[in-house]
Amino acid sequence: MIESTQSHSAPTPQALRIAKVQRIQDFLFYGITQFFALTVLIALLGIIISLISNAWPALSTFGIGFFFSQEWDVVQGQFGGLIAIYGTLATSIIALLIAVPLSFGIAVFLTELCPSSLRRPLGTAVELLAAVPSIIYGMFGLFIFAPLFAEYVQPALGGTLGQIPGLGILFSGAFNGIGILSAGLILAMMILPFIASVMRDVFEIVPPVLKESAYGIGCTTWEVVKNVVLPYTKAGVIGGVMLGLGRALGETMAVTFVIGNAHRLSPSLFSPGTSIASTLANEFGEAEAGNHLSSLFALGLALFIITFIVLALAKWMLNNMEKKQGLKT
Amino acid sequence: MNSFLKKALVISAISFAPVAFAADMTGAGATFPYPIYAKWAEAYKAKTGSNLNYQSIGSSGGIKQIKAKTVDFGATDNPVKFEDLEKDGMVQFPAIIGGVVPVMNVDGVKPGELKLDGPTLADIFQGVISDWSDKRIALMNPGVKIPSGPITVVHRADGSGTTAIFTDYLAKTSTLWKDAVGAGASVKWPAASSVGGKGNEGVAANVSRVKNSVGYVEYAYAKKNKMTHIALKNKEGNFVQPDDLTFAAAAAGTDWAKIPGMGTFITDAAGAKSWPITGASFILLYKNPDNKANAAEVMKFFDFGFKEGKNMAMELDYVPMPDSTTDFIRKNVFSKVVTK
Repeated sequence: MIESTQSHSAPTPQALRIAKVQRIQDFLFYGITQFFALTVLIALLGIIISLISNAWPALSTFGIGFFFSQEWDVVQGQFGGLIAIYGTLATSIIALLIAVPLSFGIAVFLTELCPSSLRRPLGTAVELLAAVPSIIYGMFGLFIFAPLFAEYVQPALGGTLGQIPGLGILFSGAFNGIGILSAGLILAMMILPFIASVMRDVFEIVPPVLKESAYGIGCTTWEVVKNVVLPYTKAGVIGGVMLGLGRALGETMAVTFVIGNAHRLSPSLFSPGTSIASTLANEFGEAEAGNHLSSLFALGLALFIITFIVLALAKWMLNNMEKKQGLKT
Repeated sequence: MNSFLKKALVISAISFAPVAFAADMTGAGATFPYPIYAKWAEAYKAKTGSNLNYQSIGSSGGIKQIKAKTVDFGATDNPVKFEDLEKDGMVQFPAIIGGVVPVMNVDGVKPGELKLDGPTLADIFQGVISDWSDKRIALMNPGVKIPSGPITVVHRADGSGTTAIFTDYLAKTSTLWKDAVGAGASVKWPAASSVGGKGNEGVAANVSRVKNSVGYVEYAYAKKNKMTHIALKNKEGNFVQPDDLTFAAAAAGTDWAKIPGMGTFITDAAGAKSWPITGASFILLYKNPDNKANAAEVMKFFDFGFKEGKNMAMELDYVPMPDSTTDFIRKNVFSKVVTK
């Protein structure tokens, strides 16, 4: 009220001084936050440049074929990244195939069906699982999971799925409890709490009025989840899945323990393989300068590219879905 | 506050005073000799006050660090070739001897019960023999009940001096292995079912957990983890068990003085009692080191280990270097290092 009566009079020198100070403050604040944001970009550029420059000797020796060659022979000095890239992708896909449906179930139960007395302990348990360091999963995998897996699960899988013509080759080979499938299962266990807790959080933000209206016109729980909750939260759900996938792609210690660390390409999921991250962990310290070290950098670059593609795909999927809904033109 | 700071400075000056007069040596490299170097270092510090900071980062890492001159000495199980030593202006000498032992995990087979020769062991690691019920294993082991089962080969996933010694032995005794795989700190493992473990402890853990597996570790790890080792046929045709006596017997036949740079594996050595996969761990020094006082101290330290550390070595299942060799090292290696 008072301001409006004074609005036409000239500003006092005091007000001008304050305004000047405020402008400088704003400018400084803008500059500082911009600098912080740019450091991320600079760090990213630095990583890309150092990866490429270190990987260059290997890439120029072996060409683009480096990414498609399954040779990894330190004695002969021949290197190719196919086995590690395959191992990384295969274990991550297995982990997602198992973890996504399970976490979806966990999140739906916790938000829609769970009695409120159980909600808190179950939710906390899921979050605690996410806080367990990866080396613990690795030790659990090698010392407890792998022997049990070799003793009971692998013979059972080999005796049933392994007998199906065509598909059987995925479940053939020695039952030693270590390999691509074991690594995928341990990874599933590790990323499950991440995906589940993100899904639970986004399911909780669905406005109750939407859900209640759907229930009011006679929808079942499944119909509410399918037609109200999921469409409302799909950006968050995809974000959670990508977070899990990102962790699975880059996971090092747990995978190193159970994947078998063998540079061999085999169609069987029971056979040992290697992933990019575990190869780096195993060989970086002892790699001789030259093509070996440079090839390890090239593998790092491959992991970087894979992660980038995954993120880009996720973004593209989201954009596409929003377009279909007519939210974006 | 000020007086507190002064006091703290005085106290720290007093407490660090003795160390300031003694040298602080640094070394890096092989993991295999780490326990004995640590034990020698403890005894040496008690005697002289000089401290050794040894980082067991692996043999290739040790070579890298000495080349980068970040340490006073490098340690490696995989000896550096004489030409490379000359090129870099370094000397090399063996400091301690130990053995590599094939280990297995098959139900009902007791430690040392199974006997194999080099070509058979190479064929197992190559995947040519892929089941424990193979005839060639049975023929060599009359009376031993070996259940059948597909063999899982466990090897080192990281580059390693242990692998270098082991594959050198396989390549010496099996031409098939030599042509197809070769020898080195890390090789391309050909067996269809082979698994890599990180470090000696990784191989030990995998062999203990995976049924019907076979692997190779330093003797100390096999002993510590009570693993089932395999007896091997040596060059004279005798089956021998791994222990300090058979390692010493293998080393006795090696004339280090005749090898330029002293770098050699003691694999497939002559001698009735020799364990065929024996090796020494080597030390690398610059002939004209930047820090001359520390280099002198390093040589004093190993001299102490050679003279007074023998019992400590044997307690830890290593074999100390024979006196004739240590005399040779003092006269012909230590003398080349400029310390003034």
